[in-house]
Amino acid sequence: MDALFSQLFAGLSLGSVLLLAALGLALTFGQMGVINMAHGEFMMAGAYTAYVVQSLIADAGVSLLVSLVVGFLVGGLLGLVLEVTLVSRMYRRPLDTLLVTWGVALVLQQAARDIFGAPNVDVRAPAWLSGAVELFGLGVPRTRLFILLVAVVCVTALALVLKLTPLGRRIRATVQNRDLAETSGISTRATDRLTFFVGSGIAGVAGVALTLLGSIGPTLGTAYIVDAFLVVVAGGIGQLKGTVIAAFSLGLLQATFEYSTTASIAKVLLFVVIVAFLQVRPQGLVSLRTRSLA
Amino acid sequence: MSPAGTAERRGGAVGRLLTGERVRTLAGFAVAAVALFGVAPALLSDFRLGLLAKFCCLAMVAVGIGLAWGRGGMLTLGQGVYFGLGGYLMAMHLKLADAGPGGVPDFMLLYGDGTVPGWWEPLRSPVVTVVAIVLVPVALASALGFAVFTRRVRGAYFAILSQALAAAFAILLVGQQKVTGGTNGLNGFRSFFGYDLADPVNKEMLYLIAAGTLLAMVAIVRLLMRSRFGELLVAVRDQENRVRFLGYDPAAVKVVAYAVAAAFAGIGGALFVPIVGIISPADVGVVPSIGFLVGVAIGGRATLLGPVLGALAVSWAQTSLSEQFPSFWTYFQGALFIVVVAFLPGGLASLGGVRRRWRAGRAERDDVPDEVPARAAQAPTTPSETVTSGSTP
Amino acid sequence: MAALAVALGLTGCGGARTDAGSSGGSTSSGDAAASCVDTSGDSVKIGFLNSLSGTMAISEQTVRDALDLAAEEINADGGVLGKQLEVVGEDGASEPTVFAEKAEKLVSSDCVAAVFGGWTSSSRKAMLPVFESKDALLFYPVQYEGLEASPNIFYTGATTNQQIVPGMDYLKEQGKTKVFLVGSDYVFPRTANKIINAYAEANGIEIVGEEYAPLGHTDFSTIVNKLKASGADAVFNTLNGDSNVAFFKEYKNVGLGVDTTPVVSVSIAEEEVGGIGVENIEGQLTAWNYYQTVESPANTTFVEAFKAKYGEDRVTSDPMEAAYTSLYLWKGMVEKAESFDVAAVQDAADGVTFEAPEGTVTVNGENHHIAKTALIGKIGADGLIYTEWSSDEAIEPDPFLEGYDWAEGLS
Repeated sequence: MDALFSQLFAGLSLGSVLLLAALGLALTFGQMGVINMAHGEFMMAGAYTAYVVQSLIADAGVSLLVSLVVGFLVGGLLGLVLEVTLVSRMYRRPLDTLLVTWGVALVLQQAARDIFGAPNVDVRAPAWLSGAVELFGLGVPRTRLFILLVAVVCVTALALVLKLTPLGRRIRATVQNRDLAETSGISTRATDRLTFFVGSGIAGVAGVALTLLGSIGPTLGTAYIVDAFLVVVAGGIGQLKGTVIAAFSLGLLQATFEYSTTASIAKVLLFVVIVAFLQVRPQGLVSLRTRSLA
Repeated sequence: MSPAGTAERRGGAVGRLLTGERVRTLAGFAVAAVALFGVAPALLSDFRLGLLAKFCCLAMVAVGIGLAWGRGGMLTLGQGVYFGLGGYLMAMHLKLADAGPGGVPDFMLLYGDGTVPGWWEPLRSPVVTVVAIVLVPVALASALGFAVFTRRVRGAYFAILSQALAAAFAILLVGQQKVTGGTNGLNGFRSFFGYDLADPVNKEMLYLIAAGTLLAMVAIVRLLMRSRFGELLVAVRDQENRVRFLGYDPAAVKVVAYAVAAAFAGIGGALFVPIVGIISPADVGVVPSIGFLVGVAIGGRATLLGPVLGALAVSWAQTSLSEQFPSFWTYFQGALFIVVVAFLPGGLASLGGVRRRWRAGRAERDDVPDEVPARAAQAPTTPSETVTSGSTP
Repeated sequence: MAALAVALGLTGCGGARTDAGSSGGSTSSGDAAASCVDTSGDSVKIGFLNSLSGTMAISEQTVRDALDLAAEEINADGGVLGKQLEVVGEDGASEPTVFAEKAEKLVSSDCVAAVFGGWTSSSRKAMLPVFESKDALLFYPVQYEGLEASPNIFYTGATTNQQIVPGMDYLKEQGKTKVFLVGSDYVFPRTANKIINAYAEANGIEIVGEEYAPLGHTDFSTIVNKLKASGADAVFNTLNGDSNVAFFKEYKNVGLGVDTTPVVSVSIAEEEVGGIGVENIEGQLTAWNYYQTVESPANTTFVEAFKAKYGEDRVTSDPMEAAYTSLYLWKGMVEKAESFDVAAVQDAADGVTFEAPEGTVTVNGENHHIAKTALIGKIGADGLIYTEWSSDEAIEPDPFLEGYDWAEGLS
């Protein structure tokens, strides 16, 4: 029973990590169709932001909260620069964007290596996040609860922004019908830029949150990028709901597979499941209904 | 319908117009043959010739990618899988051959339980091995291709799936150490179909085989692209729906191109093994799979020789630049990718007059974008003469 | 016409086959690889081959630094046999195939007298055939999984009976009976754990779990859950690199600690402690043969020289020390042989000793490993590792564990 609950939580926690990693992609890839392979490197930038902020602010708790904000800005700005300089030229060539952003990812990784040194750096977790809390009779690490919370807050905030604010309306309008949106007086260029800023900013936040779990090094992003894309693909494009469901389902599946087999086999099984799933629903879990053939 | 292999003759008028092109192609092949078979072995040291042989193997993968991606629009981020399949099959055979009839490869004695698993056994036979090197990648690619393309999963989705495949394959190889050698991979081969691998003469033979195979592959791609199949492939890339409306099955066309690319990658991997002396998961994962694309993108993805020359040049640059400036190489590789793909999608081949345009009004377009997402599909970016212009509803 | 082009290609190909068929059959390799090492001048070339790019650069750069220091010291001291060392440096790029390629370049194009470097098992396995077929020398400076003894390689890091077996001896001495094994999914951990399982069976220790994470794995909640549920009273950790960070953070967060379930790690040295975070790992154990805190005159000199050259904030670790030592051992062998010739060096190797920072080390001429003292260390609050337990005398290398009854049938 204990094992069941702890695995259930492990799955949810893994799902929240996947969700954080994939949420920004759901915006940039899902809403805009841009395959940003440098997304992982934006997470890496967020993680290094946490490291830099902590070296400026000694209190680990304060610095973590500050980092979440600064990380959003750092990720967002990197994204904005990428959008303005490269991606905006290539909206009609999504596959080429993939390659270009992979080049950007390479450069960012090497830059991190040259700036911060090749060895990993350490970000201390604040005291109020160390240890575990008792939930349903099992010890749940506080850091994982915190990450779950960050993920939920991010999704909620994003959903509200998309649903309620003028910006959200503009984004949705642009996604659903770019030409019509343009005709209605929406600057689709400005909307694209803002969307990319927000999506990349969330990557930065994810990076900050991940410092609580793992290592901070130049290759931090590469560990998440493939999984994050799979989440978005399985979730379906254009709807946050799909991404959320896919992230938690894949998290739970991975935890289950890993418990009953090994971590390596679990990864392989997960891939098989996703390919099989896309056979049944090539458009992903949740999809926008459009009249297009594709 | 099966469009492959129907290398139809063009009509007489077109044929006459193409004569100049044919002469140039033949001349190109002749020059390449002289350079590869005559000049290179005479000028290069054993070591450099070995490197060139290795580059030829990598270029074989590039030729396949040129077909699948450049002509077919399928961005495959997982060619390392097929390269690895070919490589591992060859390596398994070489290990078994070194162990002798009924023998057990050395690493299995060290890390495994000292017995050869059943699925290794068929590879004791050289014939089975050679057949498997081609058939296994083709079978996997066809299966995956059918699964994916018939469901009209394409563009970005296919790219991401193929990348995940590479990731999964590498993890699987690493995890099954007892039968695959784990991260160490398979290495320490002594002979290649009976020939001593330590002998420089045999190394030169391997180089010649690799160079010859590469040339043959380029010729096959040329044949394919001049057939109806080639036209269909390009048409599927540019306007898949229109091809479907014309009564063709785009999925079949794509699967064939993808399977050919897989076969090329498998053969490249198989020859890579005796030449380099090792195959390991580090050669098949996500990063090397994308690495294969660099040369193709730089050389010119939709040209005949672009992928080959690009791949050879990039491999050479990597070897010589990384010797002096290891960190610089990473920046350089990243920057090359960014600049070429963003600003010169046709690759270096689109610079100046290197690009060979067909004169018969059938422009072989190498600056065509990849598949365009539905919402952008209204505006074909490059005018096309083969397909009447118009907008998809 | 295109068919003609194919025919051309195929002819070339076919020609190659027949050509090779005849010549390949008639020639045998023999001593085709005659040495091209140039010892006529007042300098001699040696090669350093480490990953300076890619994932392993983190670790291997430090080894290169130590090698450079040793070469500089030797040159300042008059060189080897009166010849200055001329170092040819190469980047292995963290890829086995590149290691093989560069090794061949160093041996056949640069004609170096010996090569120093390699880190991962895969890089060593990839280079081994090159050194054996060219009959050249490689000095490999990292602890590894044993079960190997090539005449062309000198192993200056620990083999299993100098690191893993003492680590288990220590746990047994501490009265631990339930050990959990966690490792990265590759050759070293799997081989190490095979040995540990055999040891445990013979010594009344129960292995309560054995888990592998893919290299670079970052989510350890499931593995740590299994660890916690297993009731283990000690953990033997063979995780590599980044995974250690995620593992130790998770381990700490679920409430495991040094008092109840100490972790013995064999891949965490002074270099890695900073990245994991001292607060996550303080008090945990490591098994090595050298720590920066080892007290010996040779080590004081080594640490001082290293810090003077590379900066006060740098630390020294076991693989760095083993690399530094390897160059001096080669010097010792060459001077004993009075020749740079590979065969002469191999003949002279047995019994060559060096007053290394870790203590006196002696080369075993039979298996080309070196006798080393095993040290179990405890990670201190300052990020350095302090010796907690020592085997007191140098342990003779036994890469195939032939001297251990329980290890029968392992190799």
